[in-house]
Amino acid sequence: MDKTYSYIAVMFITSYLVRVLPLTIFRKPIKSRFVQSFLYYVPYVTLSIMTFPAIVEATQSPVAGALALIAGIAAAWLGAGLLPVAVICCAVVLAAEFLLI
Amino acid sequence: MRDAVPIGLGYFAVSFSLGITAHNAGLSAMQGFIASLLCTASAGEYAGFTLIAAGASYAEVSLMTFITNMRYMLMSLALSQRCSEKMPFVHRLIFGYAITDELFAINIARPGHLDPWYYYGGILSSVPLWALGTALGVISGDVLPARIVSALSVALYGMFLAIVIPPAKKSRVIGGIVAVCFAASYITGRVSLLSGISSGTRTIILTLVIASAAALLFPVPTDDDID
Repeated sequence: MDKTYSYIAVMFITSYLVRVLPLTIFRKPIKSRFVQSFLYYVPYVTLSIMTFPAIVEATQSPVAGALALIAGIAAAWLGAGLLPVAVICCAVVLAAEFLLI
Repeated sequence: MRDAVPIGLGYFAVSFSLGITAHNAGLSAMQGFIASLLCTASAGEYAGFTLIAAGASYAEVSLMTFITNMRYMLMSLALSQRCSEKMPFVHRLIFGYAITDELFAINIARPGHLDPWYYYGGILSSVPLWALGTALGVISGDVLPARIVSALSVALYGMFLAIVIPPAKKSRVIGGIVAVCFAASYITGRVSLLSGISSGTRTIILTLVIASAAALLFPVPTDDDID
């Protein structure tokens, strides 16, 4: 038996409980301002931490990853959506590595 | 179901790049398919796959999955306020499994009580595409040349940026937080004392510390803005 399936089971059980427990246990809204603020900031914090420096390390050439990061931030800043930003990042890496490697 | 078709197509594209990550973590197409079918979470699955690749402990994987999916607790709470008292309890146990950013959005946007059947329609037209996209991503990781895989492996980060940057542009607080996160993530990866800790645990600690600090320093206005 592959250990990966045990990992997947752990991921599933955790994701399921996180989603269903509040739905079943809490019938009243959480009033704590700290908890609300904390939950509000968590997605931005986690996604930022996971993006950098990982994006620079994911590509064959770190320079290409860095360029993709800059291009991605610029595109998102200018209002591009999820898919366009992702495509731009991919294209930048493809072009950069074509020149660098 | 129709409302969720665009969601399904979007999921397909995102999960394809997630599949590349799964492939890099050594998962098979079948494992990627099952993981996506069961977990239905982009950031959560991504974090899980990187931990699997790093050979992390089950406790680390569970904690990390919990933290990356914590925002769903907030959505789950918001949805619980919209359930009719007449609705059989079992529905909460079923649709709760598929609380995602997008399905939450289309369901909470409808006026009145939550309609579980509307939710199920949304699940049926989006989650299978999510799982299929992951599996195809894993397969293409095997087939495609290294150059293409290298390019596609930044797709997910691009999507993360597209989620984080627009609010950072609007709010100086979030912008500052994103910058702090980038710096903290980089520094803790470099400092020899801390780099010994696995990257997953670092993400967990940094998330708890930075999000707590932000919540204390810049509490968001309360009221009913969850909805």
